[in-house]
Amino acid sequence: MRWAVVVFPGTNCELDCHHVIADVLRQPVEYVWHKDTRLDGFDAVILPGGFSYGDYLRTGAIARFSPVMGAVEAFAAAGRPVIGICNGFQILLEAGLLPGAMRRNESLKFRCHETFLRVENAATPFTNRCRPGQVLRIPIKHGEGNYHADQATLDELERAGRVVLRYVTPDGSPTPGANPNGSLNNIAGIINERGNVLGMMPHPEVAAERLLGMEDGRLIFESIVAHVEGRASDDR
Amino acid sequence: MTSDVGPEGDPSMTAARSWKVRVYVTLKQGVLDPQGRAVENALRVLGFTEAADVRVGKYIELGLKAPDREAAAGRVAEMCRRLLANPVIEQYRYDVIEGDA
Repeated sequence: MRWAVVVFPGTNCELDCHHVIADVLRQPVEYVWHKDTRLDGFDAVILPGGFSYGDYLRTGAIARFSPVMGAVEAFAAAGRPVIGICNGFQILLEAGLLPGAMRRNESLKFRCHETFLRVENAATPFTNRCRPGQVLRIPIKHGEGNYHADQATLDELERAGRVVLRYVTPDGSPTPGANPNGSLNNIAGIINERGNVLGMMPHPEVAAERLLGMEDGRLIFESIVAHVEGRASDDR
Repeated sequence: MTSDVGPEGDPSMTAARSWKVRVYVTLKQGVLDPQGRAVENALRVLGFTEAADVRVGKYIELGLKAPDREAAAGRVAEMCRRLLANPVIEQYRYDVIEGDA
């Protein structure tokens, strides 16, 4: 399978994503510049983290109008896997590919530290290599990850199993203290209705190797591989 | 260039006039505003104990050409909907003033 890593002006996590796919998963991966309008021949798309367009106006607000986003929308509409990490998540929200919006962190601080995430739905293209309820250790680094949606949207996300990752304590409790940014319902990651678009604030690409001290992030990428290669028995 | 010819409402009068627009974007009521809360706390610390309901928003100004105020306002509303505000958490209002100043 072939991976695309989309690069916007101001993206800064593309090297880490490329490294994990090329050197850890040992799979073909290419950068796609935001002015490109085609994603032909790719099997999975990563929108990496960073500060696209300097976060001007709102995070992701300008990047969502980049030429490549038409191709990303078509890719998602075809049912293929798209993962937005951090700023990539913010872009997916602004583009309307995922519901809700991000506010400044409740603490008003840029938070950069490890978090613990409970896998709330292990039957997705992004989590099929995890056990239901498994707690993953993956770091965050963001100033605007305070997820907000209206009550009806939240209820629907919860009812349909679309809250995929939730901030928890190391032993798996979704307490206020485990919530690094004020996100409603401790939400760290959600999928779209069809289940093929994931947005998550934590960075699995910097937690995918023993050398770096955290390996759980690799499960996210390995799940996508299993999904694309048809080896995931229980995802949709 | 400001055109001052043609009666009001004459469809043949399409010459563009200059408008100055002031857009105010704020978080919707009910959406927690962490910045507003921090500013409010700081004001209270400074002794402005009467300060309440502080909300931090954005102010955007721009100029545009349009044949009349209605057309200008219509374009600005579209700008707000598509880019300047995020309708999920923000609300907006704007003033349209004739002239370049």
